Amino acid sequence: MSQLFSKKNREVFSSPISMNNPVTVQVLGICSALAVTAKLEPAIVMGLSVTVITAFSNVVISLLRKTVPNRIRIIVQLVVVAALVTIVSEILKAFAYDVSVQLSVYVGLIITNCILMGRLEAFAMSNGPWESFLDGIGNGLGYAKILVIVAFFRELLGSGTLLNFRIIPQSFYDMGYMNNGLMLMPPMALIIVACIIWFQRSRNKDLQEK
Amino acid sequence: MDHILSLFVRSIFVDNMIFAFFLGMCSYLAVSKNVKTAIGLGIAVTFVLVVTLPVNYLLQTKVLDPLGIGYLSFILFIAVIAAIVQLVEMVVERFSPSLYASLGIFLPLIAVNCAIMGASLFMQQRITLGATDPKAITDIWDAISYALGSGIGWMLSIVGLAAIREKMAYSDVPAPLKGLGITFITVGLMAMAFMCFSGLNI
Repeated sequence: MSQLFSKKNREVFSSPISMNNPVTVQVLGICSALAVTAKLEPAIVMGLSVTVITAFSNVVISLLRKTVPNRIRIIVQLVVVAALVTIVSEILKAFAYDVSVQLSVYVGLIITNCILMGRLEAFAMSNGPWESFLDGIGNGLGYAKILVIVAFFRELLGSGTLLNFRIIPQSFYDMGYMNNGLMLMPPMALIIVACIIWFQRSRNKDLQEK
Repeated sequence: MDHILSLFVRSIFVDNMIFAFFLGMCSYLAVSKNVKTAIGLGIAVTFVLVVTLPVNYLLQTKVLDPLGIGYLSFILFIAVIAAIVQLVEMVVERFSPSLYASLGIFLPLIAVNCAIMGASLFMQQRITLGATDPKAITDIWDAISYALGSGIGWMLSIVGLAAIREKMAYSDVPAPLKGLGITFITVGLMAMAFMCFSGLNI
């Protein structure tokens, strides 16, 4: 049992959440990270979906890694991921219909999310199922973390709410405070991610580019 | 005819793949370091879009909808895209080795470019819209014009960013923002500029 949570495995799990974040450091999976973050709720659902899909596709590919011929591995990976995404998409439609409407095509686009293909190629093809599972959960949570941070600021400043509860009191609006409509527009997502990168890299000199 | 043209122009400017939907961001950020490769990748993406979208349109309307197995669309679409990218790769390698060499690794990566899959999924949504809607895709010509417009819009934005980044090499950017950070801000400003088109009514 102790071997399951050895130091190396804990490292595999925790490094993508902080130092080696898939979005801000490895630059993977940007598309959906930006598009679903106008509100907090879809961002959380999207983060969880990606975490689940990354973890399970990592496990499946890791189990198959010795039987799949090298030449057709990409298409096998795509089919495994597409099958998992279909399952998640149907579950969302059944139990969280409103959110699945808000996410619209971006659930289907998890298939082409670079985090998945990146982790499958870089990790699951050369490691055992348990390590791959941890790696998938870690990367998924690292991705979800960025999504939640971006969505938090966009929803708070753009609509004055969090998870649809009003945070900024009515008296502020009476005194002339206004929601910043620009925050809900796509360009601000890019700029907030840039600020997160800026913050992270000014604290971690190793990550800076020359 | 009007509808096809308006669909074409809208998909370049108003519904731009990058600036309105952030599709194909990964390769967009990675390959926009110089204008020449950016043009090559832009052409390749446009080409794959124009080939895959009509095929997926026919699959959706002639196979999936009549049989009521719409939930299989993700798997079918991605299989079509992967197969066509493989085909394009072989054709390019056979007939134009120089283009093949310059595109290199990017050609197979187009299979996992979200812009391609995204266009197919948007098309799937637009089929269900009424014929009077300016975004509706009602026949295969609409699908082709939408694909061409999206591809050109994508190419326009990647070439634009590549040109800006070439010039930016000479500017003094704060160390933590260097590379990725400043690129994000640039794309954000470009996206704001493109927002002017959103009121466009054709």
